[in-house]
Amino acid sequence: MPIVNYAARELTCKIVYYGTGRSGKTTNLHYIYDRVPANRRGSMVSLATQNERTLFFDFLPLDLGTISGFATRIQLYTVPGQIFYRSTRKLVLQGADGVVFVADSQRRQREENVESLRDMHEVLAEQGVDVRGLPLVLQYNKQDLPRELIETPRELDDTLNFRGVPSFPADALAGVGVFETLRKISQLVLQRLSAAPPAAMPVR
Amino acid sequence: MSESILDPHLRFDTFVVGAANRLAASAARAVVDAPGTAYNPLFVFGGAGLGKTHLLTAIAHAMAERHPDMPTRYITLDDFADELDAAIRGSQADAFKRRYQDIGVLLLDDVQGLSGRREMQSEILRVFNVLQGAGRQIVMGSDRAPADIRDVDQRLLNRLSGGLTVDIGPPDQEARTELLRRFASTRRITFGGGVLEQLARSPLGNVRELQGALNQLVAHQAVAGALLAPNEVWQVLGTAQLPQRADEFESFLQDVVTSVAASVEAWRTHLTARIAWWSGQGFRTAVLERALELPEAPDVEELDSSFAAVADRLRTLEGVAIRVDRSLTGHAAFRDPERLREAETLLAHAVAAAEPLPPPDNRWQLTDLVRTAGNRAAIQAVADLVEQHGEVGTPLFVHGKSGAGKTHVAHAAARVLLGDEDSGKRVAIVSGAAWLDELLVAMHAGQLERWRARYRLADALVVDGFQAFDRQTRAHDELLALGQIYSDAGRPVLLTSDRPLGAYVGISAGLRAWIEGGRVVHLVAPSVNERTGRQTPVPDGDEAAAPNIDIRGVRDATPPDGVRVTRLTPPGGIALGVAGLDAEKMILEWPEAPGRLMEEMR
Repeated sequence: MPIVNYAARELTCKIVYYGTGRSGKTTNLHYIYDRVPANRRGSMVSLATQNERTLFFDFLPLDLGTISGFATRIQLYTVPGQIFYRSTRKLVLQGADGVVFVADSQRRQREENVESLRDMHEVLAEQGVDVRGLPLVLQYNKQDLPRELIETPRELDDTLNFRGVPSFPADALAGVGVFETLRKISQLVLQRLSAAPPAAMPVR
Repeated sequence: MSESILDPHLRFDTFVVGAANRLAASAARAVVDAPGTAYNPLFVFGGAGLGKTHLLTAIAHAMAERHPDMPTRYITLDDFADELDAAIRGSQADAFKRRYQDIGVLLLDDVQGLSGRREMQSEILRVFNVLQGAGRQIVMGSDRAPADIRDVDQRLLNRLSGGLTVDIGPPDQEARTELLRRFASTRRITFGGGVLEQLARSPLGNVRELQGALNQLVAHQAVAGALLAPNEVWQVLGTAQLPQRADEFESFLQDVVTSVAASVEAWRTHLTARIAWWSGQGFRTAVLERALELPEAPDVEELDSSFAAVADRLRTLEGVAIRVDRSLTGHAAFRDPERLREAETLLAHAVAAAEPLPPPDNRWQLTDLVRTAGNRAAIQAVADLVEQHGEVGTPLFVHGKSGAGKTHVAHAAARVLLGDEDSGKRVAIVSGAAWLDELLVAMHAGQLERWRARYRLADALVVDGFQAFDRQTRAHDELLALGQIYSDAGRPVLLTSDRPLGAYVGISAGLRAWIEGGRVVHLVAPSVNERTGRQTPVPDGDEAAAPNIDIRGVRDATPPDGVRVTRLTPPGGIALGVAGLDAEKMILEWPEAPGRLMEEMR
């Protein structure tokens, strides 16, 4: 649940980009980082290996200024996609207010996408999160690749989007679909504010 | 007071405080708290439409309220120049100088106009020298910093920047949103969620431009007959007023603004805004912040107006307190509605130190009262009260006919309650009639808080002659409020009256209930026989009654020079009583004939 601290007039949301290794999660964050005015963003923390694979996680805090009297912040995280970093993924997912599942649209990545999505559901279930209530958006990245190499958004929907959540075709390197995805997940996350039970109001 | 007609809306409570003007607002308040001492001169600068004139005018209004005895003058530099020209042309330069010599606080706006006007610079320098030499306050407003005002005499420049120079920047988004909300609220216009936030993000730099843009939205909404949506704001205002970075991020941000505005609970948002507002005014808002954590919506308007009432009272208390004791300026208790009692006590201490209460009359002692079957219970009740036996804090109401000894009882009790000189105790003893007179004077002089404070802190309250309160409704409230403070603190209260409570037709139900909640006793006047000691023996063990001496009027009184007195009562002996006369009212010592003659001749 997004943290709404009425007393401190702060609103903080945590959004996690999840997906297979090399699906483009960090690319999403870099694109966003480049387009956010410097006074609105914190420094992006990225722990990468020498060949630029995310080792731990990326973290990009966005300061959206005062909205309706609240200092509004959105924190964007990515998880390391490689299968052996499961415990890190679990940590990063903890307390997520919304998840963007970034799927690699290449046909040969189909099984990995399915596996990663199942892994996400398992991790969430282990944390006691009801995935049906958690805002989720799918992003089908690398749609710029030759048609013969990729699945169409419709095909990807058939494979991955069994819950019928919003999905966006994307080319994260060029920025296509990056902000559309972020807008939708933010909207879904913020809509939950009005449904927040009083008990969720954190004490200062 | 200032001669110019000042906009009554430009007050501190209508000044929206944000990060860009917080220092300027605090400095302006400090000037009102302690004119001539805090920041002198105070130089406020900033671009057009950012609130300089608002702050200067707010100081003028606050000075009129809190320091009505200190003449305050707001004037623009151009008006000052006109006055100066007229004075010189009319050969009234001296009258002009005198006019400024008597000012307590000078608020000089648009000082940037000094540039290149040498004659006026030297005149202003002279006025500044006079005012600052006399410890008067000067506040200036300008659209640029002193160093940026060209062609100004170096001595004047040093003088301008010799106090505190503080700038006002463009309001941040939060302050802009609050400003817009105020404008809309003043005009009783309702906007859809997120619209004002959207407008606040426009690049329009100053408050007047924002106000103009808001007017456009108001007009559009009136014509359309429907509430605007946040995404329609830029369509109405045109692209020129779009935020400059209308790129992907801005577009995303607009979406978030709309979502947040639609999602957060309206009452919490409103309360949050009020908290921000009161914090900006320098008040501690913990009580409102706790309300934010309530699961259900409280009545925010009611909460806010209660807070405002207490805040107003704290301001009044502070205003009175710093007039009595400057060191109380800015005391935290005056900025925390939860410390109202403490603030009242602070003021009471200050007033008590400045205006001590008159002491009780030393001539009367409890032991001097003849104890009879008719008054023993009453005297015992008084004795219990002064020794604080039984239920402390409930009032003791002693009624009895004239001459029964009520004034004697009141002063004697007060004397005991006061203890010796080292006790440090204070007893408020006052006659009902004098109390009412003081109250009236205080009300007319606008000194009610100061008057209240004087009585609030004593260790006991004794009002002799409660009958004066009959049909004095306003005084009932004051007495009840004061009495309850004593009751709550377990401090003794004694009221004497020439008639029983039931005989009053004109006292308020609240006051009656408070008195009835205490103890009511009847003091019966002793008969002549009882006064002279020819009465039934004192019961065993009633030592207090043992002296059994009549009231002798003046103890150890020294007669005026040249007047010899004849005592009707031998010292330490038994008084002579006269049937049908009240012992207390009886003149027991008469000057002898030569003395009386001297009195007549005087």
